[in-house]
Amino acid sequence: MSLLDIDVREKAFGKTIVLHDIKLSLENGQAAVLLGPSGCGKSTLLRIAAGLDKQFSGSVSVKTGHDGNAKSPPVAFVFQEPRLMPWLTVAQNIGFADGGKFDTARVNGLIADVGLTGHAATLPKALSGGMAQRVAIARALYTEPRILLLDEPFSAVDAFTRMKLQDLVLKLVEQRGISFLLVTHDIDEALYLGDRIYMMGAGDGGIQHDLSVDVARPRDRRAARLAELKSDVLTALQAAHVI
Amino acid sequence: MTLSTHEFRGEAQDKTTALRRPVGTVSGFAARIASLDLRGAIVPVGALALLELFVRMGWVSPYVLPPPSDLYTTFLYLAEGPLWTNIGASALRVLIGFAFGSLLAIVVGSIVGLWYSAERYLEPSFQALRAVPSLAWVPLLMIWFGIGETSKIVLIAKSAFFPVYLSLFSGIRNVDRKLVEVGEMYRQPLPVLVWRILIPASLPHLFTGLRYGLSLAWLSVVAAELLAASEGIGYMLSDGRELSRPDLVLIAIICLAILGKISDSLFKLIEDRCLSWRDSYSTAIGGRPA
Repeated sequence: MSLLDIDVREKAFGKTIVLHDIKLSLENGQAAVLLGPSGCGKSTLLRIAAGLDKQFSGSVSVKTGHDGNAKSPPVAFVFQEPRLMPWLTVAQNIGFADGGKFDTARVNGLIADVGLTGHAATLPKALSGGMAQRVAIARALYTEPRILLLDEPFSAVDAFTRMKLQDLVLKLVEQRGISFLLVTHDIDEALYLGDRIYMMGAGDGGIQHDLSVDVARPRDRRAARLAELKSDVLTALQAAHVI
Repeated sequence: MTLSTHEFRGEAQDKTTALRRPVGTVSGFAARIASLDLRGAIVPVGALALLELFVRMGWVSPYVLPPPSDLYTTFLYLAEGPLWTNIGASALRVLIGFAFGSLLAIVVGSIVGLWYSAERYLEPSFQALRAVPSLAWVPLLMIWFGIGETSKIVLIAKSAFFPVYLSLFSGIRNVDRKLVEVGEMYRQPLPVLVWRILIPASLPHLFTGLRYGLSLAWLSVVAAELLAASEGIGYMLSDGRELSRPDLVLIAIICLAILGKISDSLFKLIEDRCLSWRDSYSTAIGGRPA
């Protein structure tokens, strides 16, 4: 059963067409990755999926069994930047969806899950980039979504923090049975995290190629099969004139 | 997953503040005196000493510029009588006028800031009104409200209105769209977005406007009292001119400087309390105010 069906007939900014005839669906329990160069419209596609951008022709349908409501929408979003409210503490930011009367037990559980125990009362200005992004991930999980949309969430942190955060997201998502759609331009990240990778071409090239990652989890970053798939991806990207 | 300590940026700050804290046997009070920053007092104290010297040496006539020692005598004399009434009268006018003006500005500023068509209707008129100097309104205010308290308070309120209104308006318009989007992601309705995101995010701008509005309120109270009043610091000023007593004028000026500084510092204190979350330049350098 597919949880999320995206069908964009056309999306334009002014006269520039960014997305054109794109169909994408996310299966239950699937980890899908959109891989493409800057400006290919992958972030726009994700924003359309999240309902943040409504100026397009086409449709987005979410079928999660329960429809969700304002308090717990079925879809959560992790932005490229942490986007924490600087005037709220870590705990208040995580419980942001419920404002002042958030569920303290759930927030404390999430703080422990993302490895920030002891920082509940810390203000965002005292957090490093990696810590702030952990808070943002916890905030997205607070509403107990079925689908997680991630827009290049690890692109602003250093390579080592990135690997830790990737493992953290995988662990949290597996524990909760959440399906996710991740946007990235990092091939290694796409292969390490994704079950299925959709490659987008430059301009309004659309989805040029898709590929299943047939590597069992937990994956080893050094696995030979990942290296083989990486060369496939590079070949496909070259064919699509991305590189 | 463990968290390495170097990820926590606040730690470096804690160390520096610990170093600045008084250590060992020094008592709390003595340490507080020792840690007082007196650099700001060098200029006024130095100026007073030079002034005293110039007058004593006969280089400047005491009728033109009374020496600080004479000022002190006059101050002692005034302190027994009208000084406190005058200060109280001016401070009360500033307080009432500023409260009215800034509250109105907060209401109007929020409406114009949040509602685009209100901006289209109201902004051009406000910009035109803002260009009129406050003092130009004085004759009209006197015709409408007489020379009593009302006209003075309206003038002060009008002066405080514009800086507060403008700063709140631009504060709301400068709120990071990315933060608003987080609220939209949770499908929060507009009133919730305003309360949880737009208001806190525009507070730094609002405080700048409030402090500027307060200084303009002091400016207008003097203007209003110079024109027509029977008490107040502005009245002291005009009294000093009529009696050719520069010492009275100077004491009134010193009172204004001190009152302005005190009220601004109080506001700064509230601002720092409300905005401790800001990651700004002044707090970023090892936790030391720049």
